[in-house]
Amino acid sequence: MLTILFDGVAYGMVLFILAVGLSVTLGLMNFINLAHGSFAMAGGYIAVLLVNRLGIPFLAALPLVFLAAALLGVVAERVLYVHVYRKSHLDQVLFSIGLVFMSVAAVDYFMGSQQQFIELPETLRRRHQILGIALGGYRAFIIVACGALAVLLELVLSRTRFGMKLRAGVDNATVARGLGINVNRVFALTFAAGSGLAGLGGALGAEFLGLDPTFPLKFLVYFLIVVAVGGTTTLLGPFVAALILGVADVAGKYYVPAAGGFIIYTVMVAILLWRPHGLFGEAR
Amino acid sequence: MSTATARDFFRRRTAWRPLEFVFWLAAFASVLVFPSRLLLVNDVAILGLFAISLDLILGFAGILSLGHAAFFGIGAYAAGLVALDLAGDPFLGLAAGGLAAGVVGLATSFLILRGSDLTRLMITIGVASIFLEIANRAEFTGGANGLSGIAIGPLVGFFPFDLYGRTAAILSLSVTFFLFLLARRLIFSPFGQSLRALKENRLRAGAIGVPTHARIVAIYTVAAIYAGIAGALLAVTTQFVSLDVLAFRRSAEVLLVLVLGGAGWLYGGLIGALVLKVLQDQVADLTEQYWEFWLGLVLVVIVLVGRDRIARLWRLPRVLLR
Repeated sequence: MLTILFDGVAYGMVLFILAVGLSVTLGLMNFINLAHGSFAMAGGYIAVLLVNRLGIPFLAALPLVFLAAALLGVVAERVLYVHVYRKSHLDQVLFSIGLVFMSVAAVDYFMGSQQQFIELPETLRRRHQILGIALGGYRAFIIVACGALAVLLELVLSRTRFGMKLRAGVDNATVARGLGINVNRVFALTFAAGSGLAGLGGALGAEFLGLDPTFPLKFLVYFLIVVAVGGTTTLLGPFVAALILGVADVAGKYYVPAAGGFIIYTVMVAILLWRPHGLFGEAR
Repeated sequence: MSTATARDFFRRRTAWRPLEFVFWLAAFASVLVFPSRLLLVNDVAILGLFAISLDLILGFAGILSLGHAAFFGIGAYAAGLVALDLAGDPFLGLAAGGLAAGVVGLATSFLILRGSDLTRLMITIGVASIFLEIANRAEFTGGANGLSGIAIGPLVGFFPFDLYGRTAAILSLSVTFFLFLLARRLIFSPFGQSLRALKENRLRAGAIGVPTHARIVAIYTVAAIYAGIAGALLAVTTQFVSLDVLAFRRSAEVLLVLVLGGAGWLYGGLIGALVLKVLQDQVADLTEQYWEFWLGLVLVVIVLVGRDRIARLWRLPRVLLR
């Protein structure tokens, strides 16, 4: 029981890291980026290449993964996404779905369709018995690392000048521009950081989310749930939503394996019916 | 304007254009002209009907959906199950597919009345995922193996479904044509005009007395029936149903079809289906596995070039075909 809760929290933490960038880009530019999962997948595969092929230790590879995914995000944002911000939601959906399909096929072509595994260091793979509960060392590491990241993000958002500009942009981009804030640059940086975090999440989560070329499609709904249920105005919203989703998914798959993903989708539809703008969101 | 001239005006606007006759004659003539490509003709007709279905909600009512495959898949499974358990009459299968999808469409139409584009997007994806999950897990749908061994009797008792797909192509073209006629009637009716009004501005449409919620429920249900019949056509003509009919890719593909041909006119879906299927036929010979890459590339390029520019390609046929 507690083991499930523990696994669920670890799962939820990774989901939060994966989806938090999407939540901010959606809030800032009202931009529906369904291709967010492609950056996460890119991060996962970069980690596989670095750790398995080049033999870089897992922990040392993580910052590199973040940087690489962030770089990918900046390039994609400056080259492709800038043309789509002002277009309709239909265009944004078509565009980002197109990117998803391209990334899925491209990864399939270069890396093969089989599931990839990252070689974890021995110290993280050990299981511990604490108070009679079996705890995976890797999951404990994830909870600590992602928890620290979440606190860091919250601090950046609430205490720094950049965070202030970002919040102003999310609240009202037009007024923020009028005050002399370069919203486009804030957005480009946020997009990069969000993509980097997604890549980091992809690398961290490869172990138990499963990393194969269909990753962006498989977890598309999960990211959207975190964002839609959590709302885009705070970090706490997506965080709570990700934890609920993680625990519910792990518990659902453990107790009612026959139902599979059924429960998650039903809960999502139900929540969106009850609060169309998310649990923590406000009508815009 | 007096009543008589107003009626004349609408008559003129909705009258059949010469090119429309040419279009449909060519469609049916393709069965005779390309006897070796009848399976492709069948595919185009089914995808065209599916695209018309999406056009009814997206192009005419402005509802964004990324889960339209739900209704296509429900129709396919319903037709397959009826053929397996009851009787293998083609029209019985089509009726079952349309009915099942219509019921689900009616039930889920209430879910999309509120919220933003994103909410609707997620709810449509969610509903499609739920049905995919059911089909994957449930016993009666055959799980990942799908439904095979579907025996379909001869069409109207005389024309058996052959390997070349002659009967299949004729059936699919006829059904698509018949449903096209109904849809054409529907969009030019006062009902269709009120849909256009609520697409432009739902608040104002409500203010001039259009019952917006009832209209959306109605058109969503009709579109679901259309998609269900398209799915049933696939099940009946290929005599096989797999999880693929409910896949997310199918929802995205039909959206692409509609964008290729242009949303908001019924021929858009048909032309888009023709373009995509012929393209797929050509590319698939080279790299079947990586078709998704080209699908994605086309989507990205269309958006970067601008949908309005693509739509301009069809400006002339649009005036001539209506």
